[in-house]
Amino acid sequence: MYLVLAKRNAVAILMGIELMLNAVNLTLVTFSRFIDISDPQRQLDGHVFAVFVITVAAAEAAVALALAVAVYRHRETIDVNRINLLKW
Amino acid sequence: MIEDTGIVVAFWVLAVVTVGAAGMVILARNLIHAVLFLVLSFVGIAGLYITLSADFVAVVQVLIYAGAISVLMLFAIMLTPLADRGNTGGVFQAPAIVLAALMAGTIAFVALDTDWNNVTRAAPSDTPAIIGEALLDPFVLPFEIASVLLVAAMIGAILLVREE
Repeated sequence: MYLVLAKRNAVAILMGIELMLNAVNLTLVTFSRFIDISDPQRQLDGHVFAVFVITVAAAEAAVALALAVAVYRHRETIDVNRINLLKW
Repeated sequence: MIEDTGIVVAFWVLAVVTVGAAGMVILARNLIHAVLFLVLSFVGIAGLYITLSADFVAVVQVLIYAGAISVLMLFAIMLTPLADRGNTGGVFQAPAIVLAALMAGTIAFVALDTDWNNVTRAAPSDTPAIIGEALLDPFVLPFEIASVLLVAAMIGAILLVREE
């Protein structure tokens, strides 16, 4: 979380996001191990959810890194403190 | 199975490696070193999945995170050669530390305060088969939406970085 809020390089911020998503995935899988459901078909719902999170994280990483490269083409920087086009 | 000494030792080693590598992602001076520590952290989390007998998720973790996403990040760093390679902090460092410490404290309090019940049932054996059936029976709609999302993200990424 510190990584996301305090880093200047956009790629470093993305690394922080990935780390947080990993933590969430780990808790999902752990709780799916702990939870008490008798039906064996439903015991792994946490795993399924973690797989979905991984999918969405991959899509997000692809788009965000493409955005970083696109911004770099225009501004020659990916320093988030200097990307202030929306500020007036 | 969870009480085996081997599993306990493996859990603690993997946990230390994962958290230590995540800390080194913050502390590493060079951005490329930070990505390499991120890969180490991802692999550690894959090991933790194996201690939870979630073998399918562990394999997916290694393939997608340690394989694909880290390569994608290395590409993004290589494609921005004039940008700052340092891993320096920005203007929000102090409030970010406070916020992250508060968050960690809350999670630690909840984790210590909760009355954890121990696992009674046996570990599921063939997770890929069960996950596959779950994906195509109760979770068909999210599954299809995820595929559409992946296509949209792929086209979007290609459009964003295309040379004019």
